[in-house]
Amino acid sequence: MDELEAIKVTFFQECEELLADLEGGLLAMQDGNDDGDTVNAVFRAVHSIKGGAGAFGLEPLVRFAHVFETLLDARRSNEIPGTPDLTALLLRASDVLADHVSAARGLGVVDMDASAAMAAELKAATDPNAAPVAAAAPAVVEAEPAFEPAPVVIGAANELLGDDALDDDDLGFDFQPMTITLDAQAADAAVIENVWTVSIRPKSDLYRKANETGLLLRELARLGPVQATLDDSALPALDLLDPEAAYVTWSVRVETDQGEDAIREVFEFVDGDCELEIVRGEAPVSDLLATLKDAAAPAPAPAPVFEAIVPSLEVAPEPAPAPAAVEASVIAAPAAAAPVVEATAAPAPAPVAAAPAPPPAAPSGAKPAQIDVPGPGQSVIRVDPERIDRLIDLVGELVINQAMLAQRVGEYGIAPSSNLAMGLDELEQLTREIQDSVMAIRAQPVKSVFQRMPRLVREVANMTGKQARLVMDGENTEVDKTVIERLSDPITHMLRNAIDHGLESPEERKAAGKNPEGVVRLAALHRSGRIVIEVSDDGKGINRERVHSIAVKKGLISPDLVLTDEEIDNLIFLPGFSTADKISDVSGRGVGMDVVKRSVQALGGRISIASRPGQGSTFTLSLPLTLAVLDGMVVDVAGETLVIPLACIVESLRPKSEEIRPLGPSGHVLAVRDSFVPLIDVGVTLNYRDRSPAATEGVVLLVEGEDGSRAALVADAIHGQRQVVIKSLEQNYQQVEGVAAATILGDGRVALILDVDAVINLRRREPPRPADPTLIAAE
Amino acid sequence: MTEAIAASSSETRELISFRVGEQEYCVDIMAVREIRGWSPATTLPQSPSYMRGVINLRGAVLPIMDLAVRLGMPMVEPTVRSVFIVVQADSRTVGLLVDAVSDILSVSDEMCQPTPDIACDAVRSFVRGIISIEGRMISEISLDRLLPEREALAA
Repeated sequence: MDELEAIKVTFFQECEELLADLEGGLLAMQDGNDDGDTVNAVFRAVHSIKGGAGAFGLEPLVRFAHVFETLLDARRSNEIPGTPDLTALLLRASDVLADHVSAARGLGVVDMDASAAMAAELKAATDPNAAPVAAAAPAVVEAEPAFEPAPVVIGAANELLGDDALDDDDLGFDFQPMTITLDAQAADAAVIENVWTVSIRPKSDLYRKANETGLLLRELARLGPVQATLDDSALPALDLLDPEAAYVTWSVRVETDQGEDAIREVFEFVDGDCELEIVRGEAPVSDLLATLKDAAAPAPAPAPVFEAIVPSLEVAPEPAPAPAAVEASVIAAPAAAAPVVEATAAPAPAPVAAAPAPPPAAPSGAKPAQIDVPGPGQSVIRVDPERIDRLIDLVGELVINQAMLAQRVGEYGIAPSSNLAMGLDELEQLTREIQDSVMAIRAQPVKSVFQRMPRLVREVANMTGKQARLVMDGENTEVDKTVIERLSDPITHMLRNAIDHGLESPEERKAAGKNPEGVVRLAALHRSGRIVIEVSDDGKGINRERVHSIAVKKGLISPDLVLTDEEIDNLIFLPGFSTADKISDVSGRGVGMDVVKRSVQALGGRISIASRPGQGSTFTLSLPLTLAVLDGMVVDVAGETLVIPLACIVESLRPKSEEIRPLGPSGHVLAVRDSFVPLIDVGVTLNYRDRSPAATEGVVLLVEGEDGSRAALVADAIHGQRQVVIKSLEQNYQQVEGVAAATILGDGRVALILDVDAVINLRRREPPRPADPTLIAAE
Repeated sequence: MTEAIAASSSETRELISFRVGEQEYCVDIMAVREIRGWSPATTLPQSPSYMRGVINLRGAVLPIMDLAVRLGMPMVEPTVRSVFIVVQADSRTVGLLVDAVSDILSVSDEMCQPTPDIACDAVRSFVRGIISIEGRMISEISLDRLLPEREALAA
């Protein structure tokens, strides 16, 4: 069962990718890119999900995917025209499909009524007489369930590469020869309308999954009169026979007016577990085929079936001792002029097969351009993230060690031009490069977060009755995995906010002379070693008057406080601030932007807002590229070296004695441009010393806590800014109040990274504490 | 010495003995990862007095516990001869600061005596038994009790 579970996990991973492809394709269609490639890519995504789900018996998912697929198939063969309405329907259907996948995974439930309604809608959109005419239909592309590397009968070579990129699992299956059958239009002339020749060669997997060819034949018989012939020529002598292998081929002549799709549907659940050829009519023998090595006696069926055996198969890795001939693929000659290209199995997952001339109706399998789809010859490796984390740890140690070495050598006063010093320089450079490369391994494009957003925008827009279009930019901007995982919530919140509060209703927009459809832009970019996420809307902007009056009403600021526009805009980040008139599902629970700000700051990030009345607002979020390293200010406090995260520091200054005012019995505040912030001696707060020295002798770092409260931390000296590798204290000890983590400095000693919020709060807990005038807003 | 002891019983355990002040203690050798010379530790704020701080052990942050203080004895500044024994207990790795490592002992269970009932709480909690060898008295440390509960120490 474990193995099956593992395959299932792979399946769901691939579902994620397929759903992303699906959504990407549909969005491309929405943008007017409605060509065959895109539709095919969309169709394949749904089809692959269905195929995989079928193998696991995920019934509701299969049923829904099937209806969805049927509509896409109709669209693909141009039976129904592509319209914006259809695309919108498909997008909504993709949301339901995603729900089904999540439900199958055990995450959440599907609203079955909504699903049924959607299925009905899809059915209605599909032409009821949708059985495609084979002559006009493009060569059928059978996308493999990606966890089963098996022969792919395909229309074009690039399709082969596209689908095969998914086949990087390690189930121990060998690679099968790839057979490429190219249909030729010339064949159609000789075709008898409703006679089909179906060649079925089950693989041992078919039986292993408890499928049964007898049942398939019975299903086939329901379509019309059948005449089945068994070809057992590949059956080895009894002493060579592997009891679990599959050796036989059926050739079935079916008379049906239901078309190829109906036949194919019979084999839906053995997709990939048997080699299937469906050919219209009883075509004459191809000259070309006759020259191929002919291993089987001609089948006595009316339609002749030829077996071409690929001799080079024997070099393919073969875990099971089955004779190579057994694995040979079966090709039914479709037509006299049909060229047959044999691609031999290569050990690499991307065999290159050259198609001499693409058939006229064959779909090209090109997927929408994506950076993460490997090109020909490339392959993707799935690696356990723990291994990468271990590597990153080791490289972190290497960096520290290199710094220590450099420092030690420096202590001996070796000339910079000496060989030793130059060697060390090179080592340093190499170490840096290794660190960057290792970090790059864990870096992922923000796409994985972004791709969830179009759906969110649709749902929120529906809920709020607004029209919104999401424009995304920079999806391929890369950032460390640890950051990606925590980007989703802030972005979700900001987008909701942009639609709910930013955009006007369509009527308001029309009245203001704007397009009724609002545009929300989500962009990611790299800027000075950080990742910047921008969420902007073209809505009404922040209503400063209202924000100010609400802040006063809620007691967040004093009424007579004069604030700049920027300061007013930033009021929305205060805890408990919410401008929504009514509390909705979307936003307005008063936990809006302050939560965003806090979670961003917890990541060492910053958030800011720029708003222009009538033109919209832009939220800018800047985050470190990784959570494994941190930019910090190295300071001395009471003989100890501490690192203060740079993200918290607003400014550093040397206070003059007149700026320090006593407040209460022992407290002091620092006057910074007419506002007073509490002065906190880090040494005293952390119990390094009992009494603080005069603040004028030290350096003051003005810091901002996560809740926006400010404090002036007193340190003895500043050593400068440094990037440090974050080390956990909890791993061998436990959390220490006031300390966020530890790091190792160039001299090899451990330095503690200050938890600024905890330090501010530790101070607050001390009983004789004067009220702080600047903190009215935060409390 | 060790040979004679090993012959006396089949159920022998190996222990590392060390000095803390004038007294001898030991821990099971299976828990010991390595023994290192003392190097100054980075003080941890808000921590009990027996936590000397943390040091860098090949890139990992290793807390150092002053065993003398933990056992209720006065704190003595470490000298160049002081060492710390890196021990593994539960999932944590901790360094125990001791004055010197003296011996590796092979002892059988019958050589262990229960801890005599004395007033000191620390001794009652942290000494799991006493071993008598050649007139020496060596107390075996119980590592799992030595390390504070993660929550209990948070205060």
